[in-house]
Amino acid sequence: MSARVNAITSTPALRARRRLGDRFGDVFLHGLTGAAAAAAGALLVAIAWKIFDIAHPAISKYGFAFVTRQGWDAIHSRFGALDLIWGTLLTSFLALLIATPVSIAIGLYLSELAPRGARTVIASLVELLAAIPSVVLGLWGILVLGPFVGQDLGPWLHRHLGFIPLFDGTPQNAGILVAVLVLTIMIVPITSSICRELFLGVPTELEEGALALGATRWEMVRGVILPYTRTGVGAAVILGFGRAVGEAIAVTQVIGAGYGIHWSLFATGDTLASKLAEQYQSATTKIQTASLVYLAAILLVISLLVNLLAQVIVRRFSHQRTGGS
Amino acid sequence: MAVDAARFSLTPSPRTRRRKLINVLMQALATLAALAAVAVLALVIGSVAQRGASALSWDFFTKTAVTFGQSGGGVANALVGSLVIVALATAMAVPVGILIALYVSEFAPPRIADLSRLVLDVLNGLPSIIIGIFVFGLLVIGSGQAAWKGSFALAIIMLPLIARATQEVLALVPSSLREGALALGASRWRTVLGVVLPTSLGGILTGTVLAIARAAGETAPLLFTTSIAANAVTWDPRQPVLSIPYDIFILSESADPADHARAWALGFVLISFVLVTSLTARLLLVRYRKKLEG
Repeated sequence: MSARVNAITSTPALRARRRLGDRFGDVFLHGLTGAAAAAAGALLVAIAWKIFDIAHPAISKYGFAFVTRQGWDAIHSRFGALDLIWGTLLTSFLALLIATPVSIAIGLYLSELAPRGARTVIASLVELLAAIPSVVLGLWGILVLGPFVGQDLGPWLHRHLGFIPLFDGTPQNAGILVAVLVLTIMIVPITSSICRELFLGVPTELEEGALALGATRWEMVRGVILPYTRTGVGAAVILGFGRAVGEAIAVTQVIGAGYGIHWSLFATGDTLASKLAEQYQSATTKIQTASLVYLAAILLVISLLVNLLAQVIVRRFSHQRTGGS
Repeated sequence: MAVDAARFSLTPSPRTRRRKLINVLMQALATLAALAAVAVLALVIGSVAQRGASALSWDFFTKTAVTFGQSGGGVANALVGSLVIVALATAMAVPVGILIALYVSEFAPPRIADLSRLVLDVLNGLPSIIIGIFVFGLLVIGSGQAAWKGSFALAIIMLPLIARATQEVLALVPSSLREGALALGASRWRTVLGVVLPTSLGGILTGTVLAIARAAGETAPLLFTTSIAANAVTWDPRQPVLSIPYDIFILSESADPADHARAWALGFVLISFVLVTSLTARLLLVRYRKKLEG
């Protein structure tokens, strides 16, 4: 068909040249874009390879025992990651514990309750929260939120809930609790906007069916919306976890560089990422640098697993909803 | 037939009343959660603006930091540094990002396209500090820090954002446009470069601006790649330069209140830039999408 059109507008010589040029152009653009896509895949592999490459001295020296050992002693070159893994998991899980119900609630408000005109405005305001650079949130965390936690919120929690190990100890301006709150603020906009889109995707006839049967709005949410979107919400929470685990800067600013494994939220602590951000420049020996990058390798493995899991769930979920494609 | 008065009573039964109460309670909680999120946003922006705006002055933007103990001084080197780093990062990430998006939406077979999207999503989910260490190991060990190495790290962060945004816009381009061009005898590559790409230019631009807003605030990748810098304004990307986010990070760790004041002022500059650009980009994107979808 294209030859017909060409025949009308061009001489045979021009046609031949153009066909050659077109074929070359097609192959060239196909190849160029394909190379770019392949480069992205190669980049991912290169990142993993390079991290394990720098960490290699520590991996071969300490082996897997590194993961289960406590303490970070630069003088005697005795390094262990257990404190930091604990700090990472504690802060991330607690942040998720607060962020998950809040995100679901915000998602429900934005998809079901908010007045039509205000919906997009409030939704973009919540998303704007995600645009605040983590270093600015950390600055706010250490200079505004920290003193509030240390002098008001912390003592109050200690007085009323001090019997729970989480609220044992003396509240300070920097510590696990401030880190948990800052992480919560970072996760909520991400998970709530995913939740909102999931809730909006629930077929209207299901929602209206429940309402027509006499269910209240909350009963409709509990009986239709939440079961329908359960998998997707799970993936959103996992993505939020991935974000919390990897946050370095804001956590470094507010967590107070402590050590040890304890339950108290008022104590200072450290996470894998915050340890890296704090200590990288002061690392003097090769083995210390390698040990720090070993932490990065652990972080990389966690974040790859978490992300792949979430993506697989999301893809299967949307596949199922659209009836396959 | 005896009418059971209780059964047809118009006053709600205790059970109904309880159901309605729970309903109202839950709605109130959901509203409260949304209000809390907006309140936190207002609180953060408010305190940064309140503490940061007062420290802004002409000197702040045009001079470099003074030595310890003196007053005054500015952050010109950090401003210029951020500008250089982010501009270079954008120049690196945009062409590659667009090419990847073109491959995924115009050329790739479905399975490969899926895989490419997965790679982009996983890349996007990597902690930025990991990317910083990667670039450190790849480029900095042995040859030292430089602004362009920081740009390379930021470009890795921007790449999946730009590629995904572009690809979403490309998917919105009506297939009638593509088919029209092909039916007129245009070859594939002419269709892509002459019709598809220009149509989606607006969306690519807003996606890029959002990626810039994100990259401008990233600190962790710069920690290892361009942090040990001279206290002077330099436009040379081969030198390590100071940047706004890294400067805020260092100043916030200091014990000196004067440093905190500078950190707030820098935070105000950064947050203003990020919020204004991402808000504008979002608004433009909504308008652009409406136009494209008709």
